[in-house]
Amino acid sequence: MAEDHHAHDHGSELSEMQLRVRALETILTEKGYVDPAALDQIVENVETRIGPHIGARIVARAWADPEFKRRLLEDASDAVNALASFDPVAAHLIAVENTPQTHNVVVCTLCSCYPWSVLGLPPVWYKSFPYRSRTVIDPKGVLADFGLTLPAETQIRIWDSTAETRFLVVPMRPDGTDGWSEEQLAELVTRDSMVGTGLPKSPEAAKGEARR
Amino acid sequence: MTNSIHDMGGMHGFGAVEPEPNEPVFHADWEKRVLALQRAAGATGLWTIDGGRASLENLPPAEYLASSYYRRWFLGLERRVVAHGLVGEDEIAGGRALRPGIRLNRKLTLEDAKANRYGRFDRPAPSPARFKAGDQVKTRNINPPTHTRLPRYARDKIGTVEAVRGCHVYPDSAAIGAGDNPQWLYAVVFTGRELWGEAADPSITLSIEAFEPYLTPA
Repeated sequence: MAEDHHAHDHGSELSEMQLRVRALETILTEKGYVDPAALDQIVENVETRIGPHIGARIVARAWADPEFKRRLLEDASDAVNALASFDPVAAHLIAVENTPQTHNVVVCTLCSCYPWSVLGLPPVWYKSFPYRSRTVIDPKGVLADFGLTLPAETQIRIWDSTAETRFLVVPMRPDGTDGWSEEQLAELVTRDSMVGTGLPKSPEAAKGEARR
Repeated sequence: MTNSIHDMGGMHGFGAVEPEPNEPVFHADWEKRVLALQRAAGATGLWTIDGGRASLENLPPAEYLASSYYRRWFLGLERRVVAHGLVGEDEIAGGRALRPGIRLNRKLTLEDAKANRYGRFDRPAPSPARFKAGDQVKTRNINPPTHTRLPRYARDKIGTVEAVRGCHVYPDSAAIGAGDNPQWLYAVVFTGRELWGEAADPSITLSIEAFEPYLTPA
């Protein structure tokens, strides 16, 4: 089956798409509808300005600062914009907190809605048909595909992003991180842990990576 | 289209999710251009974000399934620029502009792109919210031939309003050029059993973001 994940292996689609996309860009530029410099800037934005490093800093702040966490869970857009450290986030960001009782998982079954402003562009798996179809009916099976098994007593809460609200999961702070700075904590926060398909790195795992 | 292939929540048979370690932001240069063209063309204001989604949903199901994500975006964009009179079929076929462009009210500038702002979809409320947190609601069994954001798996189901999100652009109207028609938006939570039947995992709950016209009191 030709699925997103394998599309870049398909040489025929690649050359066909290169030609067709270049043609459309040429037409739209020649007709004065788009500015190539603005297009370059858009690409630069998504490649360098936005990304999971933003979400990681927000989560780390929430772990380190209970008052910020309270405000984040109450109104994530306001709380993040008040930091003034990033481009303003999308208008309606909602932060949902993992606890020992509840694990949150975010999906968009209908298309690919994802909190770009704090996580960047979604990975291919998030937009893939297996993730979009199965997460709502078999979330434990999907989490197993990521190598994640939760305690049997943990409730799973799925958020289907069917409107212009966007969801950021605030994972649980790993044990053994007392007294860590926000910068250190942010190193533990993975993209998948902010979508709900992973957990933050443990301090040991992070240390091992640093040694390699 | 509403009951099209894009509405895949709960379908079986697509196999395992395959995360890609150290995945790059893009897998080919043309994907970057599609994303940028999509955003720049959307900034003309000729269609809405839901009009854009509808053009992907209207792809023939076999083509939808056989295309990569950015190929779907591209096919939708190509249809849209033709449907809105920006580009002629002959120009698409020839791969170059044959006539000057039409006048646009808005065009994305370099400064706009540098500002990197996202659209707002909240709107002033024309009337008070019908539901409040804690209310039991039932989703309607709607099957419109046009765009909707009520997934099939969540139709005709009983749930509980968990949060009131405010009043937002109504996708079902905006997608067909019928204006913002602002509607109240709610987080509505369902049990796994209500959605998937007796065999469902009891540890699962699920919420959708549901516009007020999707809901009736239960």
